[in-house]
Amino acid sequence: MKKIILVPLALFVVLLAFLAVGLRRDPHEIPSPLVNRPAPAFSLHTLQSGQSLFSPEAMRGKVWMLNVWATWCGACQEEHPVLVSFAREGLVPLVGLSYKEVQASDEPAGKPLSPEDKLAMARMRSQAWLRAKGDPYSLVAMDLDGRVGIDYGVYGVPETYVIDKNGVIRYKQIGAVTPALLEQKIRPLIQELNRS
Amino acid sequence: MKPLRLTLWGRGALLAVVLALMAGLVMAKEAVEVGEEPWVEARMLHLSEELRCLVCQNETLASSRAELANDLRVEVRALVKAGKTDTEIKQYLVARYGDFVLYRPEVKPVTWLLWFGPFAVLLGAIGMGWLYVRERQKQTSLAALSDAQRARADHVLNPTDHP
Repeated sequence: MKKIILVPLALFVVLLAFLAVGLRRDPHEIPSPLVNRPAPAFSLHTLQSGQSLFSPEAMRGKVWMLNVWATWCGACQEEHPVLVSFAREGLVPLVGLSYKEVQASDEPAGKPLSPEDKLAMARMRSQAWLRAKGDPYSLVAMDLDGRVGIDYGVYGVPETYVIDKNGVIRYKQIGAVTPALLEQKIRPLIQELNRS
Repeated sequence: MKPLRLTLWGRGALLAVVLALMAGLVMAKEAVEVGEEPWVEARMLHLSEELRCLVCQNETLASSRAELANDLRVEVRALVKAGKTDTEIKQYLVARYGDFVLYRPEVKPVTWLLWFGPFAVLLGAIGMGWLYVRERQKQTSLAALSDAQRARADHVLNPTDHP
């Protein structure tokens, strides 16, 4: 009879454990199904006009990082100096993916910009931004309409991916990269991937 | 059956109604060009009701005004037009954003706890309740009185019957 009293207590402890884990989790951190999957292919214009289109296939054989950003994104401003100092080390190439730089609100009402105008506007803005704040990117691919973003499961900028030599996504960070995150997760992972 | 005769007012009203309907038709036609064919729109909306907007997590894709939700609706619309089935479209989104986009997660080993957990807890509770009742019954039957005890209790409770 006494033992039965212990059962609700045990259940309560289980409930507490669930809550303790659940409340500590950030509901915005959704585990990405893309980790350990090949990075989706794309072919996009780059920030510098006159260059050929960029495709992730070109990075085959290298460990690299893809950072999704935009000049209108607040968290990208905070993240930027971290990326600049990280890129200075030259550990891995950092490729930028400029995500929907020109927003619907930038277009005159009822008159959508042509893709060429959009590209020109996005390049102008991004170049000005990088000139002012430093350029950590070895190149920037321009995802004007966000279609590549959808393939990469982007739902909030900034997002950062670590991709291995075989073109497989090994890590995805949603939200700004912080110095702590670089030291604890990204750098060890890159070193490990570079060895293999 | 009498032939239908309308007064002048009646004819005027009828004309107004017909004109209004025609105006409606003309406008509807314009709306079709801006949106899509109704069946595409209907399926897109139906699907979006079951998909979560990832930016504002407690809204469906259909009701959200977030930029990404808008893009994803465009994407779903294109997939519907390309002749994809509902299952294929959901898989397309799950492959990119994970199970979280589905308001009704699939039944698979990882989600068993989610789907069947409450029923397991309910069964457990019923089992516990049954055990408890049985235990109680056993105790009360053990506590049944012997004849001597019963007589004594009777004596205490009703002293006037036994002078």
